[in-house]
Amino acid sequence: MSLKVLVGCKRVIDYAVKIRVRPDKLGVVTDGIKHSMNPFDEIAIEEAVRLKEKNIVKEVIAVSCGPTQAQETIRTALAMGADRGIHVEVPAKEMEKLEPLHVSKILAKLAEKEQAELVIVGKQAIDDDTNATAQMTAGILNWPQATFASKIEKKDDFLEVIREIDGGLETIKVKLPAVVSADLRLNEPRYATLPNIMKAKKKKIEKMKPADLGVDTTPHFEVIEVTDPPAREAGIKVEDVDTLLLKLKEVGRI
Amino acid sequence: MLRWQPVKFVLGHPSRGKVIFGHPGIGRAMLGHQESHIAALGVTRGFSTTTQDSCTSPQVQEARDDGPAQQPTTLKPTHQPFVKNLFLGKFDKKMLTFPEVLDRDQHELLHEMIAPIERFFIEKVDGAKIDKEASIPPETLQGLKELGLYGQQIPEEYGGLGLGATEYARIAEILALDGSIAVTLAAHQAIGLKGILITGNQEQKKKYLPRLACGEWTAAFCLTEPSSGSDAASIQSRATLSKDGKTWLLNGSKIWISNGGSADLLTVFAKTPEVQPNGEVKDKVTAFIVERGFGGVSSSTPEDKMGIRGSNTCEIHFENTPVPIENVLGEIGGGFKVAMNILNSGRFSMGSSGAGIMKKMIGWSMEHAVTRKQFGHHLSEFALIKEKFARMSVAVYAMESMAYITAGVLDSHKNADCSVEAAIVKVFSSESVWHWGSECLQILGGMGYMKPYPFERYLRDARVLLIFEGTNEILRLFIALSGLQHAGIELQSLIKKLRNPLMNPGFILGKSIERLRHQKDNPKLDLDLAGYIHPSLKLGADSLEYCVKRLQYSVEVVLARHGLKVAEPENQLELARLADCAIDIYGMTAVLSRASRSYCIGIRNSAHEMQLAMMFCEEAAARIKKRVKDIENGPFINSDSTYMKIADTLIENKGYAAEHPLTRVFW
Repeated sequence: MSLKVLVGCKRVIDYAVKIRVRPDKLGVVTDGIKHSMNPFDEIAIEEAVRLKEKNIVKEVIAVSCGPTQAQETIRTALAMGADRGIHVEVPAKEMEKLEPLHVSKILAKLAEKEQAELVIVGKQAIDDDTNATAQMTAGILNWPQATFASKIEKKDDFLEVIREIDGGLETIKVKLPAVVSADLRLNEPRYATLPNIMKAKKKKIEKMKPADLGVDTTPHFEVIEVTDPPAREAGIKVEDVDTLLLKLKEVGRI
Repeated sequence: MLRWQPVKFVLGHPSRGKVIFGHPGIGRAMLGHQESHIAALGVTRGFSTTTQDSCTSPQVQEARDDGPAQQPTTLKPTHQPFVKNLFLGKFDKKMLTFPEVLDRDQHELLHEMIAPIERFFIEKVDGAKIDKEASIPPETLQGLKELGLYGQQIPEEYGGLGLGATEYARIAEILALDGSIAVTLAAHQAIGLKGILITGNQEQKKKYLPRLACGEWTAAFCLTEPSSGSDAASIQSRATLSKDGKTWLLNGSKIWISNGGSADLLTVFAKTPEVQPNGEVKDKVTAFIVERGFGGVSSSTPEDKMGIRGSNTCEIHFENTPVPIENVLGEIGGGFKVAMNILNSGRFSMGSSGAGIMKKMIGWSMEHAVTRKQFGHHLSEFALIKEKFARMSVAVYAMESMAYITAGVLDSHKNADCSVEAAIVKVFSSESVWHWGSECLQILGGMGYMKPYPFERYLRDARVLLIFEGTNEILRLFIALSGLQHAGIELQSLIKKLRNPLMNPGFILGKSIERLRHQKDNPKLDLDLAGYIHPSLKLGADSLEYCVKRLQYSVEVVLARHGLKVAEPENQLELARLADCAIDIYGMTAVLSRASRSYCIGIRNSAHEMQLAMMFCEEAAARIKKRVKDIENGPFINSDSTYMKIADTLIENKGYAAEHPLTRVFW
């Protein structure tokens, strides 16, 4: 097979880090904070690499938009088995305002440029949780989409994808080229091993700017305020089940 | 003008461009100097041969340079042994420039490697379970092998990662998150296969290293026997050559072998007969590479231990195990050197492992201290708690600084002699982890004592650090005796001059003034150490200089008092004082060097680092002041003799000798 896959991988604050709101209330503290690859994107990379190992895919290209450090994320993808990387440079300041629409346009342009037949991304990034990039990319490219994938199988010239939907699973067929977004249960990503990290050093990362792809990254949104979630209030003790039901009705929970 | 900026040279190494600090010319010029020491070793040999401590054998250091296995690497300037020179009052100012050994690529690569290892430990390692079940699950071991952690220092051509000491030390910080795993990996590569790495010939390397690097085979190091612990030269295991001269037949028992039950390859030390030129037959130690598959190898069930319970510790028995002659490691009869070189080269990373554990524990205790309220205050507001945190961070800062400065020297010099430095790192960090780990537990009070919290497990795991790879007592003797032996030859000529005052009037006058100042505890500070670091650290640099002078003075006092008898068992308290001075001075050097660098290049919280460094220096100088005073005063004033008498009474009574407080002799 000669499938080329484009995989998006975003650099986000590590899932284990406790998030703190910045004093100016326009974002969260990122300086000196541990970052890593968005866990859903890791699943996307893993799936692409597995497809390659099954000889369904010829080349896996990892793409990341972000500041210089985004290269670390790409390196991780390369160490996991991606063949080469594309780093779309977006300065840290602008990165805060980069929207899914911008990323979708960049991915769509790259997919056309690289003549990729499959784009896999994580279903959402754990920092802004927008869950929009896959859908928008498919829209811009006018390709079919298979979101929240928990199983992907190649059959002839289409993909059979099992999707996680409310209350169960849905199996769909999508024609290639297509956009797929990875859900949590699609696979368990491997660890980048140290020998592979060393080998990844030799793989190429191409650098470009959004403007090079003709993508305008002027923001459409303005962040007005970022606040901590309200602190949990102390609970109360009730005598019996009847009072419990009564209280729950009072606060409108049942 | 600040003089912190080092003179840097990048010497042309094809694959690993290293930045060397210091001037190569200096090293070259001093090389001849060092040779004269080695040639004169015979004179001072008496220092060590009488001790129980075999590690102090003078041959050890000579061996480093002439091993047939040294790889043809690019030339790096020879490194003058730093701590040994301190015993002569010589201070290598290059050490005040904290080594920068990783270039940009290596730095990035190292940090890329750290991320998945950290994640693996968080997600896949259940330390409590390993401790409880006293074994590491096979899938965890498999994961460690796949990560590439079994071949960290094995060169890339043999399938390893080819990491330097600095990178190895950094990774050790993470591996220390589970004591059992850290010991399993260290037993495999820091000692188990290290012999092949540093002494093995090409065939041995080609045959064994690739299998060991990927973890297909696990290695173990077999030295200790039931009757020989610290005194490693006294082993009883024997190997005899078969009649056809093609195989050695190995017999004997080894105990407390880490990885003993699982290892496929064993580095075994055994006595072999050697015919002397005069026809006499003498037993010498020889090192062998033994495959478990050779036959005649059996191991016991794993020992039930206090800590590092998941590490597999066994007895191993050899019964007529046939070992082909090509599996002799190094030279026949040269096994003792091999053993000591392996152990000396493995110790330095214990500093960073210790720091790794401590940094985790400080984080957990702090989490508790800032959330727990008693008497209406957070624990973190109480001065007694704050003091603990402050003091432990000073210790951790010293631990880290010493570990990485040592690793830096190892990485930037060819065959650097860091045996004493490595021993210092091991002694200081093992004791700090035990002491301050216990204080971290203390901050949580009753909770810290409970099994659901990891403190008690980490403490149990850390306890072995004071014991294995040379007990701290033996290592203190090793530090002091190595220094004295190094200093001995130079001091000999000094003593000669002192005994012939008429021929050397100027020298005697100078020496008398120096002595007079020393007796007033006011040595002349003429090393200008403060000129080599940031001016804000001047006070620290001056204390360091004071301490260097005082150590030199106490060396002269001790040697004048005991001469060659300094190594006798009854003089160990004096030796331990010298060793402790050397440990503190090395610590001071490392923290000043590091803090100065951090401050000059503007690392985050570098002002805090300056405080840590200054506090370490202040306290270390106070400790050294007292120790030198004690040495000067001698056993009758410094209470050594009283303690010896107390101990003698205990020994006579075979235990505690005071009568029970309820004992009555009248009614």
